[in-house]
Amino acid sequence: MGNSSSLLTQYDIEEVQEHSHHLFSQQEIVSLYKRFCQLDRNSKGYISADEFLSVPEFAMNPLSQRLLKMADGLNFKDFVAFLSAFSVKATMPQKVQFIFQVYDSDNNGKVTFNDILEVLRDLTGSFMSDEQREEVLSKVLQEAGYTRDSTLLLDDFIKILGKLGLKMEVEVPVD
Amino acid sequence: MNGANRSCYQHQFKVEQVTVKATGRPKMSKLNSSSSELDLDRPNIEDYLPYGSIQEPHGKLCLRDLLDISPTLTEAAGAIVDDSFTRCFKSIPPEPWNWNVYLFPLWCLGVGVRYLILFPLRVLVLTLGWIVFLSAYFPVHVLLKGHDRLRKKLERGLVELICSFFVASWTGVVKYHGPRPSMRPKQVFVANHTSMIDFIILEQMTAFAVIMQKHPGWVGLLQSTILESVGCIWFNRSESKDREVVAKKLRDHVQGADNNPLLIFPEGTCVNNHYTVMFKKGAFELGCTVCPIAIKYNKIFVDAFWNSRKQSFTMHLLQLMTSWAVVCDVWYLEPQTLKPGETPIEFAERVRDIISVRAGLKKVPWDGYLKYSRPSPKHRERKQQSFAESVLRRLEEK
Repeated sequence: MGNSSSLLTQYDIEEVQEHSHHLFSQQEIVSLYKRFCQLDRNSKGYISADEFLSVPEFAMNPLSQRLLKMADGLNFKDFVAFLSAFSVKATMPQKVQFIFQVYDSDNNGKVTFNDILEVLRDLTGSFMSDEQREEVLSKVLQEAGYTRDSTLLLDDFIKILGKLGLKMEVEVPVD
Repeated sequence: MNGANRSCYQHQFKVEQVTVKATGRPKMSKLNSSSSELDLDRPNIEDYLPYGSIQEPHGKLCLRDLLDISPTLTEAAGAIVDDSFTRCFKSIPPEPWNWNVYLFPLWCLGVGVRYLILFPLRVLVLTLGWIVFLSAYFPVHVLLKGHDRLRKKLERGLVELICSFFVASWTGVVKYHGPRPSMRPKQVFVANHTSMIDFIILEQMTAFAVIMQKHPGWVGLLQSTILESVGCIWFNRSESKDREVVAKKLRDHVQGADNNPLLIFPEGTCVNNHYTVMFKKGAFELGCTVCPIAIKYNKIFVDAFWNSRKQSFTMHLLQLMTSWAVVCDVWYLEPQTLKPGETPIEFAERVRDIISVRAGLKKVPWDGYLKYSRPSPKHRERKQQSFAESVLRRLEEK
């Protein structure tokens, strides 16, 4: 997949499709490629953090820095794999796994009290104090049967979030 | 799982069913609010953006509520996949028509004619125009120093002439609709912006004084010499203090009865002629009548959008000069004044609506300057505040 050409061959599309567990159709992959080339202004083969942030809707998002850490420097194949959790065809465990990865910033498969606190800090900013955040989190953890020292694994997340279905879908515009 | 949790989840489920269709966040107070949080400089973006995914939840707070970041993630992913801001600055190429064996030779012939016959002819016309203009302009400028009225009149005529030469050099086919602007005091003209040639097309009809970004190179030279005489005002996008200075210059210009009518492009940047971005309120708080002008280019021969990130102005002009023609429509629309009780921002939006409808453009809620800078942290803070308040409120509920 040359980064200078703006054409994808059928082989390329199939390779990308396989890498992203067939969660996007071939047309969607072509659309995503157009978008990738649009964001990657100087055809380096990846989208830099600055280029992501040039999309105002993304820059305004409270979780943009966390997502940037995950999405910065990805080539097209990995970019599609990154977005595959948002496909309509993605299963609930796949979506929960993406959410888990957002929390698990050190990638050790465990989400601690502090990890959740960090994300909560991104979401609430200066409108809640650290004490308030700790208090709220301790309270709801206790009510759910965990403690401050528990570490949550992917299965715990699936249990907590998967109960009522998860709506996390993005439509890829296909011309 | 114990009984308490189950009832919490059940409550959650019921609530989600009801609120899933809600249009989202609590509506922020109206634009006239004196809340210090609202950026009074621009209208509330939230009123335009779709926020259907962020529900207004009720009921006791559970662990799920804190862990479920899917709405925020969906918004971010949605922005990565497609966003209305980038769409405004994309050059949408026309469908290629030269793809078969009959049409391709025809197209090649066309290329030959355009580059080898039309282009040199046009360069000739333009050079001729410049010679005529310069040989008339400098004598007038120098010799008639004392007779200001006559000098200004002649200079105006000459600027209109050179602009007509420019338009002829790309075979501009411009259709003007509506009554010609009349020279009256206390009025400004606003138009949507696609390329610097907007100014040339309008200037050939009426010598406007325009407010422009100071450019480097030969364009800058033209700006400082000739355009200065028509009363143009410069600004520098990158300087934040510049705004007050420019606002004052605008006010002064409008007060002067002898000055040429002022033309302002409130979008502040070139947009691709399919969308309009937010109008800056500067033109709308001068206490004058605002006369909207709508410009729509026909892409049949060439796309007149100047993508300043991809092309220099010289390349853009060359592209226009090697195409068959530049076709566009210009509508002079009915003058508007500030309605009683209307803020300048609402006035700007109303005029943007008039222009967008006339020219068939879609409106997007973005500030054109986001092309050059990041959005203000106020937007993110608003979201954070809303989430924090909802969590704290639900903490109190039993």
